[in-house]
Amino acid sequence: MSAVLDMIGGLLMVGGAAFLALGGLGLVRMPDTWTRIQAGTKATTLGTLLTLAGIALIEPGWALKLALIVLFLMFTNPLSSQVLARAAHRAGLKPAPQTRADALADDEGRAAE
Amino acid sequence: MTLPLLATTGFAAAMLIAALVALVTRSTAVAVLSAGLVSLFASVLFLFLAAPDVAMTEAAIGSGLTTFLFFFVLGRIRREGRDEQ
Amino acid sequence: MADPFLIAAAALVALALGLALARFLRGPRALDRVVAFDALTIVSVAAIALAGLVTGREIYLDVALVYALLSFLGVIVAARYLEGGEQ
Repeated sequence: MSAVLDMIGGLLMVGGAAFLALGGLGLVRMPDTWTRIQAGTKATTLGTLLTLAGIALIEPGWALKLALIVLFLMFTNPLSSQVLARAAHRAGLKPAPQTRADALADDEGRAAE
Repeated sequence: MTLPLLATTGFAAAMLIAALVALVTRSTAVAVLSAGLVSLFASVLFLFLAAPDVAMTEAAIGSGLTTFLFFFVLGRIRREGRDEQ
Repeated sequence: MADPFLIAAAALVALALGLALARFLRGPRALDRVVAFDALTIVSVAAIALAGLVTGREIYLDVALVYALLSFLGVIVAARYLEGGEQ
């Protein structure tokens, strides 16, 4: 039983670490700040959550503290990514030419009318 | 080379690189961010050197509070300069 | 303990740290550096938890907890500062 849990936990851990590495790759390769925010916060959040879940399966006694870390990460990371995206918008950074939609500018234009 | 030694060396090198960025850059914001990065790497380094309590203090004060305080004060200074004009 | 898994995960986390550090070094604007800083702190939480697994000491998780709580404060204040443009 324990060997099976170790196996599943190890697989989850490596999968989460792979998500972390892919997030880092996206951080380097993406063309503008907003897409970098997507790669740098969403992919790494999922990777960290999967890694912590794998560790919780390998060491079941640590599950409570790991769940607490997961809870805080799920509260704080979307908040910081949203604040970063809004700051990039207000600082007037130019998006990549492929960008089609800008919902915040649309909303602000509607509010100004 | 064992895994802990490799990780320690890597984090020490990253810490040096971040410190060099803080020295070379012209922008105040980037310098403050690099200083925060130095203490982030330093705290992980303390952890690898088996000092979790020191690492916790470094994480809380060096990486969290110092960055917070620097940017808070920079924002206050900019706002007051705008008021005087 | 799952030894090959542990080595693979450590290598991938090290790769993620290196790539995020590369973006921090390049980052054309200061906000790109803030994004890289945020990613580095999140990846560091995973790295600290992995270090706790390697050494088998539960107290390492407390450091990760402090990181998860405090690191986002600096990112938010930096973003609010950079909203008004860079100097």
